[in-house]
Amino acid sequence: MTDDVPGKRPHTLNRRKLLAAMAAIPALGMLGSSRAFAQDTSTATVNTTGLAVTDTDVTVGILHSVTGTMAISETGSVQAEILAIEQINAMGGVLGRQIKYIQEDGASDWPTFAEKAKKLLVQDKVASVMGCWTSASRKAVLPVFEQYNGMLYYPTFYEGLEESPNVIYTGQEATQQILAGIDWVVDTKGAKSFYLLGSDYIWPRTSNKIARRHIEMKGLKVVGEEYYPLEHTQFNSVINKIKLTKPDVIYAIVVGGSNVAFYKQLKAAGIDLTKEAPLLLTISVTEDEILGIGGENIVGAYAAMKYFQSLENENNAAFVRAFKERWGDGIVIGDVTQAAYLGPWLWKAAVEKAGSFDVDKVREASPGIELATAPEGYVKIHENHHLWSKLRIGHARADGQYDVVYETAELMEPDPFPEGYQ
Amino acid sequence: MSSATFSAKGLLSRDAMAFLVIAVLLLAVFPLALDLFRLNLVGKYLTYAFVAVGLVLCWGFGGILSLGQGIFFGLGGYCMAMFLKLEASSPENTAIQSTPGIPDFMDWNQVTELPWWWVPFKSFPVAMLAIIVVPTVFAYIIGAAMFKRRVGGVYFAIITQAIAAILTILIVGQQGYTGGINGMTDLRTLLGWDIRTDSAKYILYFVNAFLLLGVILTALAVKRSKFGRLLIAMRDKEDRVRFSGYDVANFKIFVFCLAAAFSAIGGAMFALQVGFMSPSFVGIVPSIEMVIFCAVGGRLSIFGAVYGALLVNWAKTTFSESFPELWLFAMGGLFIAVVMAFPNGLAGIWRSHVEPMLPRLLKRPHPIPPVAPSPTKAAAE
Amino acid sequence: MIGDYTYDQFFSILAMQGFAGLILFSVFVLMALGLAIIFGQMGVINMAHGEFMILGAYVTWGVSLLVTSFAPVLFPVYFFVAMGLGFCASFALGLLVEWAMIRHLYRRPLDTLLATWGLSLILQQLYRSVFGAREVGVTLPDWMMGSLPLTDIIEVPINGLFVMGLTTLIAIGVFLLMFRSRWGKQVRAVTQNRVMAGAVGIDTRRVDRLTFGLGCGIAGVAGSAFTMIGSTGPTAGQLYIVDTFLVVVFGGAASLFGTIASAFAISQAQSSMEFFMSGSMAKVLTLLTVVGILMLRPQGLFTLKIRR
Repeated sequence: MTDDVPGKRPHTLNRRKLLAAMAAIPALGMLGSSRAFAQDTSTATVNTTGLAVTDTDVTVGILHSVTGTMAISETGSVQAEILAIEQINAMGGVLGRQIKYIQEDGASDWPTFAEKAKKLLVQDKVASVMGCWTSASRKAVLPVFEQYNGMLYYPTFYEGLEESPNVIYTGQEATQQILAGIDWVVDTKGAKSFYLLGSDYIWPRTSNKIARRHIEMKGLKVVGEEYYPLEHTQFNSVINKIKLTKPDVIYAIVVGGSNVAFYKQLKAAGIDLTKEAPLLLTISVTEDEILGIGGENIVGAYAAMKYFQSLENENNAAFVRAFKERWGDGIVIGDVTQAAYLGPWLWKAAVEKAGSFDVDKVREASPGIELATAPEGYVKIHENHHLWSKLRIGHARADGQYDVVYETAELMEPDPFPEGYQ
Repeated sequence: MSSATFSAKGLLSRDAMAFLVIAVLLLAVFPLALDLFRLNLVGKYLTYAFVAVGLVLCWGFGGILSLGQGIFFGLGGYCMAMFLKLEASSPENTAIQSTPGIPDFMDWNQVTELPWWWVPFKSFPVAMLAIIVVPTVFAYIIGAAMFKRRVGGVYFAIITQAIAAILTILIVGQQGYTGGINGMTDLRTLLGWDIRTDSAKYILYFVNAFLLLGVILTALAVKRSKFGRLLIAMRDKEDRVRFSGYDVANFKIFVFCLAAAFSAIGGAMFALQVGFMSPSFVGIVPSIEMVIFCAVGGRLSIFGAVYGALLVNWAKTTFSESFPELWLFAMGGLFIAVVMAFPNGLAGIWRSHVEPMLPRLLKRPHPIPPVAPSPTKAAAE
Repeated sequence: MIGDYTYDQFFSILAMQGFAGLILFSVFVLMALGLAIIFGQMGVINMAHGEFMILGAYVTWGVSLLVTSFAPVLFPVYFFVAMGLGFCASFALGLLVEWAMIRHLYRRPLDTLLATWGLSLILQQLYRSVFGAREVGVTLPDWMMGSLPLTDIIEVPINGLFVMGLTTLIAIGVFLLMFRSRWGKQVRAVTQNRVMAGAVGIDTRRVDRLTFGLGCGIAGVAGSAFTMIGSTGPTAGQLYIVDTFLVVVFGGAASLFGTIASAFAISQAQSSMEFFMSGSMAKVLTLLTVVGILMLRPQGLFTLKIRR
């Protein structure tokens, strides 16, 4: 098995890395490469709220599902977060302290997420938590984070409609993913009619609402809108309807196990996505999902994400290399995995700017934090705790990777409560 | 079952002792020994104990295996959650929504006014009534349809599963009205009293414990009444009971409704203590897990059910922290072991191995009724 | 809705929906046949049925990997080999499970339910540990993907035809086995009157074991076939369980014809409703109708009139 399952107890690096890192700290201190080193970093100053901080280390939490149906998706996030933490530690840590992490398993069960979140914040007193994947898990832990004043770094692209002072959303919200994607398919491909399809829960429904508004505002047609229960596996009916209504674009937001069934059955029904009649645009299929679907079943589809593994820039090349070295050559990296990778870095930057681990100070320092070293390119934290980021369109290849065919020229401003789209 | 077990004196003293032990445990030992975080967890486990006690009555004594207790747990929980959510969605709290005064998930789904069936839940008495009435009526309908036609056993179990699945799909699909897969989160106050503060958690724990003790007493009363004896008779030889002139179906419906009512109370207390409710408690998987709590504790023992619920949940929390993969193997193994090796659960082990030793250990003068080996076989059906 | 289409289109819709319904029907029958045999024969509900199916799927995946690495020339036909191996694997596992667990629980069907649920948890975790938590993709030969155009508008997916063909073969096979072979006679004898069957010299234990194994083997073939149309992961078995049980219970447990009839009814109802309303509502309505009918006629569509 090439996939390590990350350890469960408070994790310390192997001795070699630790010694290397500790040797680096005084050196870095001399260089003063970060503004924080000019400040007083004694524990009493940087930790006034009783967090798990000592003179040599600070503890954070990782809260994802390692078992259950969501384990498929969340494994990548855990790996990314651990990689980021190890890299930060190798560079000297945060405020001169090594990051230790406590990993908890949400077990794909929302109440368990809430319980473990409380444990991390109340018992373990972690300085921040990287975690969650589904909106349901985030909604379940949100009251816990707000009550105990923790900070959650949430990596998944989602429906928006939320702006919590205790969460930093490192994934895109719906308008960022949807609007530019629809504009592109209309302008570049001349699409005039759309068939909206999704799994039946809040993210696809809200996203399709936004999509529909946008399409109709452009004067174009939505010829069908369908939802199927989350575990559904038989899509022949809707595929027949698609064949009959002949839309220019299938706008698909199918999730989970249904994904595999849908694309296999689509291909089997004779709809060849490479012919682009109809063209398929999705916002729910990353490289991770294609592992299960099979590249040859989805080749020719387009996806709207902010990150693809095949993105060509220096940051990403280094990131992919490091990821594969750490977790195995056969690994693929999707949008959520990259967003999870950003979490520890953004937290580190905010802590250093604030000169403290206290959540209130980190929150104050966060808006405006920029990260030019992100694999997706430059990102910036907005006041609403989301990220300014670009949108890209990827064209699925048979080997399971995407060719990036379009990139917005500007960074998209996050707007979780879009006027006129609600 | 040997007649000795039914002698009033033997039953009374044994049950009284057990009740005392559990009352002391819940009301004194746990609150003193555990910190608030763990106590809150125990409170959560105890809400499952309501369901387990109900299952002892309906499955252990009545022979009716319901794999859908999550339905009633969920219905009770949702009734409570609806009331709490409405209270938390006052116009001041929801000022940023496009339609203030309605729950947030309705707003996201472009629902512009409260549906008619939500409106009654603004009133506390109605909500309290609904918690008991709605699941009981539901159970009555299911029970009447099934038992009057003499459907039982495996069929009944599968159908309860199907209903649990349907209810889950409905709740998830109708997210504008139920909160969908996210459930109803962010429940804050009960009649103005903030349920998230530390003191509130303590009070809720005690309320929960008292309710559970009350439910246990009710179950004990049922067991020791003539009805209880009829239940066991029905489980073992249904036709004879029918020939003796009793309407078997009515008894079954009654015990099924009772179990449903207990589960509903548990669900409501869960919503209060944990602060949210979601469809993940309604479906097939949680319903089967509730059965295992009852089975581990001993399906014939009301007290055993409580201990079973506590033990299995505690094990789940502890092991899933350290060994998440091993835990799933262990849980699967637990199902198999409980069915094959110790079908009477912990209570059975207690009765057959520990209790005979008690007179020697405590040097009691009066004898404890002899334990016949037959309960294992008779109870195995 | 009807006014939107021309007559031509409308009939094409009906035809394609009919095919979709037939494919769904075949899927249900494949899923349910294995379970129906076990349930009818022994009154045992095997909650781990989905996991036996997934075992067949994983075997197919393994074979596809082997063939791609070592014998690419066999790729177009590996699928049949894989299905055979899937059958053997699930059959073997079924025998093992029956010997280790089920045979102790024959007079306690409710307990078997719980025990097999525990087994399903263990199997799921086993798959997760051995194959990884992620889904695995099974690459299929080219000739199996794509569709057959019958007319301008009507196209039939080839894998759907494959599944239908497979189901027919298996159904015929089971029918022959049950009603035309000596062993089948023994199985039916044990179902009708276990005690007498034992008294006339039939080894009931062996019959039970082989029946259970057969039921699981068919599940393995079904899982293998489903790699064409669905996903393969540790928890994928759970996707099929509820539908399978309903089909079996609705059909009346002791009757294989009942299973086929109920699969037909449910699949047609669901696929017709799916066309006119959203997938979720169609599913809920179908389930509600089934449960409703079960409340009125709980023994299912076809029952065996026997004296137990």
